[in-house]
Amino acid sequence: MITIKNLHASVDGKEILKGINLEIKAGEVHAIMGPNGSGKSTLSSVLAGRADYEVTQGEVIFKDKNLLELEPEDRAREGLFLAFQYPVEIPGVSNINFLKTAINEIRQYKGMEPIAPKDFLAMVKDKQKLVELDGKLANRSVNEGFSGGEKKRNEIFQMAMLEPALAILDETDSGLDIDALKIVANGVNTLKNDKNAFIVITHYQRLLDYIVPDFVHILYNGKIVRSGGKELALELEARGYDEIKKQFEKDAV
Amino acid sequence: MIIEKSQVANNIIDKISASASKVGFIDDAVLSKSLVFLETNGIPGNKNEDYKYFNTDALFKKEFKNIEQKFESVNDIEKYKLNDTITLVVVNGNYSEELSDKIILKGLHITSFSNLGNSAKNLITSIADVEQDAFIALNTAFSGNGFHLKIEKNTALQIPIHVLYVSNASSEALVNSRNLVELESGAEGTIIEQQVIIGSGKVFTNYLSEKFVSQQAKLTCYTLQHEGSTGFSVNTNQVNVAQHGRYDHATFTLSGQAVRNNHNVVLSGSNCEAHLNGLFVSGGNQLVDNHTLMDHRVPHCESNELYKGVINDKSTGVFNGKIFVRKDAQKTNAYQSSKNILLSDDATINTKPQLEIYADDVKCSHGTSTGKIDENAMFYLNARGIGVESARTLLLSAFAHEVIDKVEVDSLRERIVDLFENKI
Repeated sequence: MITIKNLHASVDGKEILKGINLEIKAGEVHAIMGPNGSGKSTLSSVLAGRADYEVTQGEVIFKDKNLLELEPEDRAREGLFLAFQYPVEIPGVSNINFLKTAINEIRQYKGMEPIAPKDFLAMVKDKQKLVELDGKLANRSVNEGFSGGEKKRNEIFQMAMLEPALAILDETDSGLDIDALKIVANGVNTLKNDKNAFIVITHYQRLLDYIVPDFVHILYNGKIVRSGGKELALELEARGYDEIKKQFEKDAV
Repeated sequence: MIIEKSQVANNIIDKISASASKVGFIDDAVLSKSLVFLETNGIPGNKNEDYKYFNTDALFKKEFKNIEQKFESVNDIEKYKLNDTITLVVVNGNYSEELSDKIILKGLHITSFSNLGNSAKNLITSIADVEQDAFIALNTAFSGNGFHLKIEKNTALQIPIHVLYVSNASSEALVNSRNLVELESGAEGTIIEQQVIIGSGKVFTNYLSEKFVSQQAKLTCYTLQHEGSTGFSVNTNQVNVAQHGRYDHATFTLSGQAVRNNHNVVLSGSNCEAHLNGLFVSGGNQLVDNHTLMDHRVPHCESNELYKGVINDKSTGVFNGKIFVRKDAQKTNAYQSSKNILLSDDATINTKPQLEIYADDVKCSHGTSTGKIDENAMFYLNARGIGVESARTLLLSAFAHEVIDKVEVDSLRERIVDLFENKI
């Protein structure tokens, strides 16, 4: 699905990612954990194509294509989805119009006809249920006046509508209460199949109780310093990040 | 000095006098006052504070130095019509009964200026002081045969009236179009006004309207400006709103080489309100220059203004909004907001709120913001597969919708949305 090789990236001349290597296959869920400032969100932004980040070295192959050469919209059209840590409010653009435009641009890219309005509405109705999103929210402006939890559920709703091959959940659990967390996790678990893959970026182990990862990677100081199974997350939760910091600080110097 | 000032004005007077309609609906004393004002003060240039961005003096020395007034007839106006409206047509400044819809509606009277009755003769020029502005003077001195639209007492007109001002010139031309709108007490109506320029010649339209909103009357107006690159205009609305009256106006400027809008509203009766809204999109080296005046003369009145601009290329937008609260106008509520998006580094917006408040118990506020397309919103849309062009259209439409949604006439709103999306 995606292969990340020796990825280096900087912001304003400061190197944040210092050689990331990661391989994700269809059907897998990878969790990326790490303390604040380790580069977790930079990794998701670089993959989605945010302009503020400069890739200085390395490559990313996504579905046999050089991902880093694609514009952000083409990455999305190829099947990459980023659930934003801070979803953007867009007053005046209705959620529905936004999603319809997105779906049709993706379909056009794939040489398909625009979606029939009837099918689109049926899909909206169906996917809303998945994240228990109020029908009224779908008709409102994108994220405008949504609570923190509603915004995150809206991200998962969009993901359900766009059916991506690879979804990156960037700290989707931050700011969620336990009920919202369960709803989000349930949405992801329902969408999960053997043809897609997920990268779950999180600071805490909590979300991983509900979205069980096949692999856990610890990101520290711009590098993946340890990888393991789901038990690694539990170990981290029990012992905290300090031990990791101590262990790798020497290497970083 | 006076001689130099009057040169341009005299040149205009010389060139248009011969072809001006002489229909005698304006009092001789007012006529001569107009000419004297023009000859003394000339056409405003950039040294005039009110016209510092729209140098009309220079315009008449260059683009309109060879005014020949060669007008052609107009036959086909079908494509400009709007569904579910009554169409009135003004050709080259003169009301055309022939091209206008022949519909008899109870309580609606439309009369050309040449047939104006005595009571209307008393109204005309009564709220358009010829010494206030050179373009009022110019229009008053050389007005075409416009029309008087009256809605009788307590009549609520159900169908909007769409006035098309069609100009067809094969030379440089100056068109002085004018109307008089009178809503008697308790009357209600909607008027859509649109200027259309066909033909090869450049047209300078000097539009003037006097609008009277009597007690408890409600007048809703829309102006659609889409004149193309051969269109230049100064549009003046002089409005008087009486007790418990309500005046709503939205101006949509989608093209035109240089467009000046003077909107002067007098809130003259207590508990009345006025709402002025505007949306303009400019590109190339266009100029869109909006000036508004809300003159609160009496207590307990409300005024609102919302102007939004999308300014591209090397074009210039202006919003100059003055709120005048006189000493007696206690308990006034007056709000004003100007929001703009600059799409290019060479685009310019000049916003100037002017609040002059002489009463002590009032609520007045103004706000202005200017920015670019929100990059975070753009990235969010791109990250969902929406390309830059579509995302731009979505974001700019979202910006504009606050003004566009105020349009209550479906056919007009749809046309504005189409024109807006094409323009951006």
